[in-house]
Amino acid sequence: MYSSEFQESLKAVEAAREANIAYEPVRMTAKEKDDLLAAYHPDYKKEEFSELKIGPNKGEFVPHELCELLEAHSRISAEDVDLSDVKYDVDVLIIGGGGAGSSAAIEADNAGAKAMIVTKLRIGDANTMMAEGGIQAADKENDSPAIHFLDAFGGGHFAAKRELLAKLVCDAPEAIQWLNNLGVEFDKAPDGTMITTHGGGTSRKRMHAAKDYSGAEIMRTLRDEVINRGIPIVDFTSAIELILDKDGKAAGAVLMNMETKELMVARAKTVIIATGGAGRMHYQGFPTSNHYGATADGLVLGYRVGAKLLYADTLQYHPTGAAFPQQIFGALVTEKVRSLGAKLINRDGKVFMHPLETRDVAAASIIRECSDRDEGVDTGSGKAVWLDTPMIEAIGGEGTIEKRIPAMMRMFMSYGIDIRKEPILVYPTLHYQNGGLDINVNGMTTNVENLFVAGEAVGGIHGRNRLMGNSLLDVIVFGRNAGVHAAETSKNVTVSELTLDHIAKFDAEREAAGIKTDAVSPKLLPNYTRRKSEI
Amino acid sequence: MDNMVNVYLFGKQYSVPDNLTIMRAMEYAGYQLVRGCGCRNGFCGACATIYRIKGDKELKTCLACQTKVENNMYVATLPFFPLVKEVYNIEEIKPTEQIMMQLYPEIYACVGCNACTKSCTQSLNVMQYIAYAQRGEFEKCAEESFDCVMCGVCSSRCPAGISHPQVAMLARRLNGKYLAPKTKHLENRVKEIKDGTFNDLIEALMGKPVEELQELYNNREIEK
Repeated sequence: MYSSEFQESLKAVEAAREANIAYEPVRMTAKEKDDLLAAYHPDYKKEEFSELKIGPNKGEFVPHELCELLEAHSRISAEDVDLSDVKYDVDVLIIGGGGAGSSAAIEADNAGAKAMIVTKLRIGDANTMMAEGGIQAADKENDSPAIHFLDAFGGGHFAAKRELLAKLVCDAPEAIQWLNNLGVEFDKAPDGTMITTHGGGTSRKRMHAAKDYSGAEIMRTLRDEVINRGIPIVDFTSAIELILDKDGKAAGAVLMNMETKELMVARAKTVIIATGGAGRMHYQGFPTSNHYGATADGLVLGYRVGAKLLYADTLQYHPTGAAFPQQIFGALVTEKVRSLGAKLINRDGKVFMHPLETRDVAAASIIRECSDRDEGVDTGSGKAVWLDTPMIEAIGGEGTIEKRIPAMMRMFMSYGIDIRKEPILVYPTLHYQNGGLDINVNGMTTNVENLFVAGEAVGGIHGRNRLMGNSLLDVIVFGRNAGVHAAETSKNVTVSELTLDHIAKFDAEREAAGIKTDAVSPKLLPNYTRRKSEI
Repeated sequence: MDNMVNVYLFGKQYSVPDNLTIMRAMEYAGYQLVRGCGCRNGFCGACATIYRIKGDKELKTCLACQTKVENNMYVATLPFFPLVKEVYNIEEIKPTEQIMMQLYPEIYACVGCNACTKSCTQSLNVMQYIAYAQRGEFEKCAEESFDCVMCGVCSSRCPAGISHPQVAMLARRLNGKYLAPKTKHLENRVKEIKDGTFNDLIEALMGKPVEELQELYNNREIEK
């Protein structure tokens, strides 16, 4: 139930609903999209970025908050750690227990390597768990990996590394099959045909889903499989610094118990960074749809040992974050809501865009509606637009919402809003880190040997914007891929003497560049406490 | 000015704004959370919480990230619960009643008290899905338990020591792998890719200049 201040606008939305359902908005031209993005997308606000003064991407621009962490001090100095006291000695060390890390662990285990997952929270506390809408794969008759490639390449502004994107789309059907064989339940018709929908920017209906718990269903299954295999999981333990060997190759990490702060050494023949995204950095003050630990740790760890970043200046703002009520501000409202037919409506009940433009375009369009056009609804904590969810039941029949998007129904119902009968208020929320560490097609970083990366910490797979459903896909495809290759590589690795010399080297660079900072990184967790004073 | 309410976090009183979730209230009070906080959006089950309103006898359960504070609320979080998770090889087990008897025999000791259902933070019919599991009706168990976030509150209330979320997890994997209909078009496509059916098409895209790809993208046909 919405209070009185929303009623006028709500009436306009209801009055126009029938006509709005029938109305087929035109998609924007390439030129219209470019102009819109330049004017309204947060990535294009130059004043929100700083130039990196040190490190492998010196001279490039990244968000202020990320720049501070990339140039920050280590949490330790080399003297704090006795590298001869090795607590864990493994073939493949996987940092991060989300979809990518778990997929990598399973494949490394398959390949006979001794793998271990270290994660700062629990296995499954990850953005994978929260992905709602689905996972893309071109497995229908009217579709092909080539069409999938073109959709993703165009949607990412023709900036993706082509060989990575080709791998993503060509391995997609097998990834779905792999998950299905592990027991992941996909939405299927009685004859086994996958029930698929569109996502923003797709030209074929290739979004596979498990209701709107797609990521949760995948993540809990992967977690179950990791445990079944007896792969060690060291939880509530973060990696705070990578360890190299004397030859400059990745050879482990310094670990920290998140509760006792004890430091430990993990030695490994290969290391996989699978630390996920950065929503909790709250770039440009945006709320986020991300899990609690999304603080760009992997980018920091990699950067400090010299691994290159790619597209670290591009973030994805999901067009439909919950804007009301305040308790769920920024929470994800899955794109599947629009896939199922709900349209975006402004304060006066007008459809102001095609609901399935790519995410960056949709986010920019909503920001324009709420700023220069002044057509947003005032929520008390900012402007927002309507997402007219009752359209879904009108189009798909009664019961569609409960069957296809039960999580959305539950989330709003907790606050007395029945999305079957009432529309919801949305505004963009920080959702995805498009950029990350630069890898080759085997998943290894392009310039630090034996250091692999998978999942959201990778940059370049999607270019400068990612399509819905390609991230769940990428954590599976590139997670598995990293696991396979890290295991394979580990067979021929002999780790020489361990060192943390890179910390002092990085300190010297910072000093030489004249950077004054007290910041330490990786960040590990955001601080949301409100303390007036503390010791 | 916010309206303030009294909450008792682990018994200690704090005054917090009434529009906060329990999780935000803990942070407002000064807790830097490490345990008991995961996705903050109701999907991961990290923040299982038990509460009681002063003067009320009933213990209630919820997810701290999805529940607003109330005045005079006593809050205890349950960041970890020792669920029993049996290990098995998914390739070797079969979707029969025997597998439940083998791995989770305690489900047959269910006394029907329904405490699990009453405590479910997702409002699922937990006792019903356990009944389905007992009978080897894995498809129904999978459907009934689908929205489970594995927070473990049900198990904390169970006199029979059942780990309901793990029973349901097994049922869903059995259903997904063995019982749900096979997808012919998926098998075909995987085979086509292995046979190299699309290699030429992909190769052609890899080699094209960006301008040509832009042309193709901007004029591609979009399925209705």
